Order: sequence, then structure tokens, then C-alpha cells
Amino acid sequence: MKQQIIISGLGGQGALTLTRLLAEAAAALGLEVITSETHGMAQRGGAVISMVKVGPFRGPLIPAGSADLGLFLTDKTLPAHRFYLKPGAAAFVSTAAPGDYFHVDGPGLAARLGLPAVAANLALLGYVAGRAGLFCGAEALEQVLRDKTPERFRDMNLQAFKAGLEVSSGQ
Amino acid sequence: MGNEAIARGIIEAGCTLAASYPGTPASEILPAVAAFAQETGVSIHAEWSVNEKVAYETALANSMAGRRSAVSMKQVGLNVASDPFLRSAYLGVKGGFMIISADDPGPHSSQTEQDSRFFAMFAKVPVLDPSSPREAKDMVGKAFELSEKYELPVMLRPTTRVCHARQTVALSPPEILDRPARFEKNPGRWCATPQYVRELHRQLNDKIARIAMEPDFAPVFTPGDGSFPGVGIIASGVVFAHAWDLLEDLGLGGRVDLYQVTMPYPLNRDFIRRLEAQYQRLLVLEETYPVMELQLKSDKVQGRLTQTIPGEGELTPEVVGRILEKFLGRAETPGAAPPGGGVRPTLCAGCGHRAAFYAIKEAFPGGIFPGDIGCYTLGMNLGAVDTCHCMGAGISQAAGFYHAYAAGGGEIPAIVAAIGDSTFFHAGVPALMNAVMHRARFIMVILDNATTAMTGLQPTPEAGVNAMGQPAQPLYLADLVRACGVKFLRECDPYDIPALMSLLQEAHRYCRTPEGGVAVVIARHPCMLDKKAYERQPVYEMCVTEDCTGCRHCLDEFECPALILNEGTEQVVIDGVRCVGCGVCSHVCPGGAIEARRRE
Repeated sequence: MKQQIIISGLGGQGALTLTRLLAEAAAALGLEVITSETHGMAQRGGAVISMVKVGPFRGPLIPAGSADLGLFLTDKTLPAHRFYLKPGAAAFVSTAAPGDYFHVDGPGLAARLGLPAVAANLALLGYVAGRAGLFCGAEALEQVLRDKTPERFRDMNLQAFKAGLEVSSGQ
Repeated sequence: MGNEAIARGIIEAGCTLAASYPGTPASEILPAVAAFAQETGVSIHAEWSVNEKVAYETALANSMAGRRSAVSMKQVGLNVASDPFLRSAYLGVKGGFMIISADDPGPHSSQTEQDSRFFAMFAKVPVLDPSSPREAKDMVGKAFELSEKYELPVMLRPTTRVCHARQTVALSPPEILDRPARFEKNPGRWCATPQYVRELHRQLNDKIARIAMEPDFAPVFTPGDGSFPGVGIIASGVVFAHAWDLLEDLGLGGRVDLYQVTMPYPLNRDFIRRLEAQYQRLLVLEETYPVMELQLKSDKVQGRLTQTIPGEGELTPEVVGRILEKFLGRAETPGAAPPGGGVRPTLCAGCGHRAAFYAIKEAFPGGIFPGDIGCYTLGMNLGAVDTCHCMGAGISQAAGFYHAYAAGGGEIPAIVAAIGDSTFFHAGVPALMNAVMHRARFIMVILDNATTAMTGLQPTPEAGVNAMGQPAQPLYLADLVRACGVKFLRECDPYDIPALMSLLQEAHRYCRTPEGGVAVVIARHPCMLDKKAYERQPVYEMCVTEDCTGCRHCLDEFECPALILNEGTEQVVIDGVRCVGCGVCSHVCPGGAIEARRRE
């Protein structure tokens, strides 16, 4: 099993949270995993990217044109980070705007549920989990969400995750 | 995370003092040391020191008392600590002493992309170069053992990609070393005057020569299958990991001789001899300076000195991939090219720094604005930061600009230096003393957000709390400013832009009076990333009225991420998701079209 995933967004949108959850899910399944994150200056609203490499990799970075899957927390960073995807690899984008990618209106879902805007990231994760192609299933991710989320965010995160999951199963 | 793995290694190795100053990519090490100490119940003194030099010296004394000590910092922090660093190589240590200097090839969040391994070579201190979080953790224990065996500081040099990588690591219980503090006096060593130094230098040279023969730190060899006779690849740090993955991708894993160098300085002597005897072509992959390459001194080597490898920038998989293909005679894989641009970082919505910068710029349109290191360096986007050099430099530069214009005889522009609270404590105090003493005349604004924001909200000396979350003696900015001899000191909340502008004008008049000097204004508003502080402030409902002419003044001069231009109506609108309701932009619109209503 080898899978390389990029997570792209603007600083503060919760890319680090998704990175961590995917890595925890891989570890829970007994898979080797290594991730890379953006910290520092770019976290102040700049474009950030995280990488998750599942399988027997040594390095934390994904070469351009090699990612199997892309999660974008906004369509704004698509131009900057899409080149990491393999030709034909799927981009999943949290946005209301349709385009040449799979999209789920994460901010809209969060707002309808009365959740803070940052919960859009989990709606996107739920959406991706509901579609085939991820190294793990929705149940594995949901379990990690239950186990690893601080209690005060747990319900909110699960709600957003399930809302995203429902969108994908409805499609 | 790599930084957490290093911290765990520190606790497991029985270290009893860890000191640091926050700086990306090293910031997460110390908080993790404190957390693991609490979790495992071990006793350790963990502190955020006021700067890296102080951190280094504090940790060093713990080692001189026979106890294991660690000091962590980002690479430019080692510049600040270079004085004790170089001397400690000569004098040596007692309890294991490890320096973690985290490099930032790229750079991603630094003023330089200098190579700490070069600094280690300069100081004659051995340096370990991990390729992953797991390796970094294992190296911590080895570093302490090596340090104690030779009574020498040992450096661990992770890079951003190791610090901020995450991986599962195996945990062990902390080692409990029964070593009560015991400082043995030895003036010839601990106070070494020049007459002793030459002998200490000889001993240091001898230690380094012996460490270069240590079998435990020799390069790790992965032999090829003979497909590439006489060809070898040598790599250290995370570039080794990239090379490993790339060779796998190219179907060349296990086909070419590959060496991982875990200790790039001093390079193992047998290894150097073996390379010379067995290979015709060697490729050296390392970040960011040619440290191993210079020690190999061989014309068989391709690397930075032969321009096979770019002389600057991070060795990303894309860069290494092309180099490997060329070196091994493979066809180049057409790679996807990264587009330029992207979204540039900006100060957060509601940031007090933005309000302060706006006031400074509006008050002194022709002014010179020396800046400093922190979130507020982003004030350059607003045209309110003209220089960014190194910690504390903005104050000395303001003084230097004053002297330049004053001696030049022309008109002296308004000079306004901006520095963050944590940076002022770190390196601003000596600069301010010097400026006051030499009668420079400028305004210094301390942007006090009550935290070290850029690196993740570490407490400043004013907070009255230490790295372990225990009470500390608070130190106050105003007291320090007065103690530096400053006679003009005012404070205000930058959210009140008109009030801050009038204070700045008053400060400017003071600077120009015959008895004037440095005027200091403390602009105090807590960081918006501090959720508790945000909950305490009033929140306004912002709206843009029909009076908006789309003049772009607020967009260009204030640049709040919550203000956006509606391309259709050519009017500004509030992004309700990003707006935090600080109300400051109501001061900014020249036409009064932005209104703030108190939210109930």
C-alpha cells in the first residue's frame, strides 16, 4: 500500500488538523506514515500545504506530479498546488463553485449547521472519505475523530464530518 | 512531529535542563519537553530564555555541574549564541550537552538559509544530521553519550522538513540519572586565560580526530547490486530520505551504492579513504552548504563545488530527482512545474499591529520605518516597514539613520522604528541603551501583543509565567524603557487610531526639542490568536454603506483580509467569515463609509 496525499489551504483553515487525522488513521491501521506541514510566516493567511505519505516512504515530501489525491480547503490555492497531483489524480475542493474537480460546499455546510467556518475542513474530509480512493474508509476516520479530537470540539467535528459524508453518498 | 520526537529523546536521556528561545522551525521542542516531563513525572528545569545566548549559557552551567543539558534554537539563534558556542568547544563540558540548531533550507521562515553544520565545523563541534523524526529521536541519546565520552558539546542539526514531519516513534521510559549538581572548580579550564587556551585547542583537535574514527557514527552503507560500478551517492539529512524515495520511484533502489552520513562533521576518516580507493564518480547531496564535500577534497566528487547542485535553495524532491537522473544517466522525467504566485501571508483580521502601522504611516508620510523580526515584519505589505534585518536591529538602525541624516546636514525625516515586545526583550534593550546614550532622536514603537505570536504564542517575560506554566517574576516593558534612559514614554491601544496618531505627533515634537531624544510609544493590544483575549474585547457589526466609492484606500493602505472588493459593484464588502469585528477599519475610510455597530 502506497498513497501520497496533499492538503492545501490558507493558513488557519485547518490543514494541519486534516493532516494529523489522516496520519492517525494510517497509524491506527498499522500502516507506515510520514507527513510534512507548513509552519511559521505562511500560517498568517498565506497558502499552506501539508503532505501525507502512507506506505514505506522515508522522506516527508511528495515530488511534483506524484500525489494520488488532493484535498483543497479553498479553490484559491488550486493554481498554486495542483501541480503536485499526478496526471488524472482527483482534486477535492471545499468550495461552492463548481469546476474541473470534485467539490463540496464546506463553508456552506458549516454555516447551515451553525458551526464555525473552520469546521469546513472536516466537511471536506467527510466528503472525501465517502468517495472511493482513500487509503482508509470513513469508519476508520470517524474512529480517529472520536479518539483524537479534544472533547470541546468533538461533537462539532463529527457533525461536520458526517455532513460531508452525506453529500458524497447522495451523489 | 520531529520536534516532539527530539523533545521525547531529551526526556528519555535523563536531561535535567532545557532552555530555548522560540524560532521557526525549532519552536515546538521546548513546550514538548515541558509536556513530556509533566507526563512522565520527571524533574527538569525547562525555560524560555530571553534570547539564545542566555539559553546557551544557562544550559552550559548545568552541564558544568555534571548534569545533562539541552539548548534548542533556530539557525539564526545560533548566531546570537555564537560567543558561548565557540568558547564551549575549547573548554568542553561535563554532563552531556546538546545544541539543537534547526536549519531552514529554502528558506521558509528565516532571514538566511545558513548551514549550522558549517558553524559546527567552524567551532570544531561534532554534528549529527537526522533524516527523519525517528532518527532525530534516536540521535539525541547518542549525542549525549558522545558528548560525555569526549566532554564536548554535540550539535543535532534537524532541518524544517524533519522538525515539521510527523511519524510514529517508539517510546521508552525516561532514564533517571542519579547525578546531584556538583561543580568542580578548575580555573585553568573554566576560566581559561590565553596561556591555557592553546593547550585546550590542542585537546579539542585531538578529540575531533578521535571522534572521526568513532565506528558508531560512521556512515550507513546500502550497497548496490553492481549495476553502477565505481559510482556512489553520499547523502545526509532529509536529502538522504528524498534520494531514497526517488531511487525507489526510478526503479533504482538497491542498484547503486548509497551512503547515509549521520555525522557530517567530523567526517569519518576511514570513510574518506574508502571513497577515494573504491569509486570513480561520487555525488554528494546535502543541505545547504558543501560541508561534507569540502572534507572529501576529491576531484571524483560532484556537488555544489562543481555546480552539479544549485548553490542555494532547498533540495526538494524535484531538484534532487533531476540531479539523480542526470548523474545516473537516466532520461529526464518531464516534471510538472510549480506556478509562481500563490497567496501571500498577511496580518490577521483584528491584529493590533495593522492599526499601529496604519497610524504610523498616516502620521509620517515621508518617514523612514526600520522594522524587526516577527509577525509585524508583514507591515512591509502596508509600506510601514522599510527594513528587516535581525532581532533588535531596527532600533540600532533607527539610530544609525538618524546619525546619517544629522551628520549629512540635510533635513532629517521622521524615523519610526517598530519592534515587538518579545523581540525588544530579546535584543532590543542594548540597542535602546546605545541609542539613548548617543543622543539619537527617533520614535520607537513597541508593538506589544503580550505574546510571541509568530512562533506560536510563547509567553514573554512580561507574562509572569514560565515554560512549565508556573508563576515567574514578570518584567515590565515600561520599566525597562525608563531604565534605558528614555524620557518620553506613552502607552495606548492602537485600535484607537486617532489617539495613537496624536501620541506619535507628540513624540515627534519631543524628538525635535533641544533636550529631545528617543521617544517611546508602547502600542498595546493583545494578539487575536489568543482566544481568551479576543473574548474580552467588544465586537462590532461592521457594514459598508452606499457611500463607498471603491477608492481602494482601505484595501491598499489597511489590507485587512476581511475587506474585499466586490468586482461587480466596485464597492468594498465585509467578509463576514474572516471579520472579527474589531471596528478599527471605521477609522480608515476617508469617506466614512465603514460603520461599526456594537454587537449585543
